[in-house]
Amino acid sequence: MSSATHRSAEEIGRTALGPRPLPPLGPQRAAADLSHVDTTLSNGLRVVAVRKATVPMVEARLWIPFAGEDALHPATAEVLAETLLTGTARRDRIEIDAELALIGGDIGAGVDPERLILTGSALADKLPTFLDVLGDVLTGASYAGEQVARERERLIERIAVSRTQPRTIAREALQKHRYGDHPATREVPKAEDVAVVEADQVRALHTASVLPRGAVLVLVGDIDPEGVIGQLEGALGGWASDRSAIRLPELPDIAGPQVLLVPRSGAVQSQIRLSGQTVPRTDPRYAALQLANLAFGGYFSSRLVENIRENKGYTYSAHSGFEFTDGTAVVNIDADTANEATAPALLETRYELGRLGMVPPVGDELESVRQYAIGSLLTSTSSQSGLAGQVLALASTGLGLEWLLEHPARVAAVTADEVAQSALDFFAPKRFTGVVVGDAALEKKLTALGDVVVGEPA
Amino acid sequence: MADPELVRFTLDNGLRVVLSPDATAPVVGVSVHYDVGFRSEPEGRTGFAHLFEHLMFQGSESLEKLAHFRHVQASGGTFNGSTHPDYTDYFEVLPSAALERALFLEADRMRAPKLTAENLANQIDVVKEEIRLNVLNRPYGGFPWITLPPVLYSTFPNAHNGYGGFEDLENATIDDCAAFFDTYYAPANAVLTVAGDFEVENAKELIAKHFGDVPARPAPVRPSFAEPLPTTELHGEHADPHAPLPALGIGYRMPDPVNDLDSYLAYLVLAGVLTDGDGSRLQQRLVHREPLVVDIGAGAGLFGPFEARDPDTFTITLIHPHEVSRERVLAALDDELEKLAETPPDEQELRKVTARWTAGLHSEHDRLVSRTLALGSFELLYGDASLVYRLADRMSAITGEAVSAAAKSLRPDARAVLVVKPANGSEGTDEQ
Repeated sequence: MSSATHRSAEEIGRTALGPRPLPPLGPQRAAADLSHVDTTLSNGLRVVAVRKATVPMVEARLWIPFAGEDALHPATAEVLAETLLTGTARRDRIEIDAELALIGGDIGAGVDPERLILTGSALADKLPTFLDVLGDVLTGASYAGEQVARERERLIERIAVSRTQPRTIAREALQKHRYGDHPATREVPKAEDVAVVEADQVRALHTASVLPRGAVLVLVGDIDPEGVIGQLEGALGGWASDRSAIRLPELPDIAGPQVLLVPRSGAVQSQIRLSGQTVPRTDPRYAALQLANLAFGGYFSSRLVENIRENKGYTYSAHSGFEFTDGTAVVNIDADTANEATAPALLETRYELGRLGMVPPVGDELESVRQYAIGSLLTSTSSQSGLAGQVLALASTGLGLEWLLEHPARVAAVTADEVAQSALDFFAPKRFTGVVVGDAALEKKLTALGDVVVGEPA
Repeated sequence: MADPELVRFTLDNGLRVVLSPDATAPVVGVSVHYDVGFRSEPEGRTGFAHLFEHLMFQGSESLEKLAHFRHVQASGGTFNGSTHPDYTDYFEVLPSAALERALFLEADRMRAPKLTAENLANQIDVVKEEIRLNVLNRPYGGFPWITLPPVLYSTFPNAHNGYGGFEDLENATIDDCAAFFDTYYAPANAVLTVAGDFEVENAKELIAKHFGDVPARPAPVRPSFAEPLPTTELHGEHADPHAPLPALGIGYRMPDPVNDLDSYLAYLVLAGVLTDGDGSRLQQRLVHREPLVVDIGAGAGLFGPFEARDPDTFTITLIHPHEVSRERVLAALDDELEKLAETPPDEQELRKVTARWTAGLHSEHDRLVSRTLALGSFELLYGDASLVYRLADRMSAITGEAVSAAAKSLRPDARAVLVVKPANGSEGTDEQ
């Protein structure tokens, strides 16, 4: 290329000394104890406040169960999330933004069929201002007509963008195929529903559903956990109701083996999305299941990634991971592949599912996933935002920081037999349902594999 | 912002080292930045720097294919690499017990990577899938980082597609790889960074043990990528079959990020004044008041600031409805820039931007992976890792007049306008 005198690839790849041995691991220090408070305010809001003073910031996550059966609920909920921060009786939209900006702060809102989440942060010494804005929004969001009208319009435009995304199309197909018309499937609202949402409907939804009882607030940062509870009683005390936040109706268990090919003409890539029922973190079998999933496709050194990405080049991204919804858990397997690689990739995925039960992970393979599970928990909770996310995920299923602190010991105690049992119980190929979104011409090869039908999801 | 202890030194083979000890969590970050990015790849080999980054994970003298991933993950760690305009980085974040392992892995591939035809063919397939996923099969894929540079720039290094054309990728040979490695992956052309929970003396010993015998090779002479500023408004079009709405990418040149840092920072403050938050100038007017656009953003760099030497790009990107003409959008944008050019933003408007920057930098440094990479890239581009900890103060010292001057330089006759055309619907222009 540029240098005429370069060495050959063979010369580059060897030295006089030859291959060297991998150094052993050194001693590992445990994470420092985190002082924290896990309590319930007088308005019913559960608060988990954790001191982690690595930088002078505070991270906040507010999780409110936010389900609704009404056909217009998804659209109204999206408009609510988009307009929650656009004004109160005390502050208009620009004043909210200015007040947050001056404290290095931000608050964002997002909604899905299960919950409304507010995500925020600010310079830690400005926490009182941050909480004042938060309390103001929760109790006094005004949903002015012109703000609702404008955000409704933008939302419709964003939905149009979102519905062209292959991943949105595939996700929607998977939801319908596995859960029919359960409210959990209504993730992206219909544009025509959004178009008819009026400000008074959004205000009514706020009154009915933005409720503290049953919700969780997580604060992580350079804070005094004991002291912050008093501040919260003051800032959020006015946010009150006798009713509890609304949880999603129970999800049905999903069952295989039927995979649906959803034809999408002209696609240059296919989306493979498989899904199988498992058990949540509260189940005693979870730690073994977690290790079985890691070995299957839960990290880069997994069987699935090494097979269909590193050895065969079928995909850039192959992954299996947990999806927790309320008290349930499934494992989802995702891969995006070129058209010609789609059927071979599905074949290899099913082969690896079967092999996990027949030839389960032992020895180095098992120790690798065990260390990864313990180590990645350590690295992912080493930042304020990472820890806040983890604590929120736990708190929203009723668990606390204790689970996080005890989990390494649980993972360390898992036996090879337990992982083998988990592989057999949860990863049998026939347990997995799912969709393949891709070119219609894939039909012949995919149906030849068996347990694949063609159609639009119910 | 506090300026924590930093230890910097250079090994005999020219490898620069930055150590940033911090015992608040028992984890450690290790990164290697090589001073070569996609602006250095030759014509006919677009995408090669990124393809080569993939190959560096495929094995080295002491490590079979896939061993790198397995050793990092079996130590409880995570890894990745990324290719930027002017550098390529590789990194691991692990429990601190695995520090020596990470140093061993990075040293082994710096000394003797295994570059094989089989791995090259396999990674060409993986990279093509990556491009299909991130560019070809999604709306606004590659916008604006692939599609805007060829409109704003005229020379190959600045204008070409850093992901690469499929034909160029397929033409890559093992001999290309050998030449690229020998030319650019010399220890004297790299920075090693270690941040997190470790003892400085122990880390120094381990670094000497593993990197000390990587043979010295001369660092390549760094080329200038300078090219003249545009003298007229440049236009380009890109048809996007997946895009539901028209989009515009507007590119301007910026001050030299390295040799004129304070002027560069003024552009970052300007970006905040224009589009950061509901109260920013363009959000208020173009998104909420008039409204002409669905979304709008402004910023420095193709992926963010501090990733490139001169020339760097100031971009404004926006998505607008079919029925709004781009001429109207551009006129409103130019009107707001003119107002700023005439009247500098006041103290409060500046403080809103700089307080958010300060907080953002705190959060970035709290994530060990971001902190490690920032220290490495600042050492590489600026020769001074500690600048990372002074950025917030430098930003806060930017005056309204400097922001005003930056706005004044964003003239229509010195910019590129890229029009993204959706497959369906009107073109969003008055010209019909």
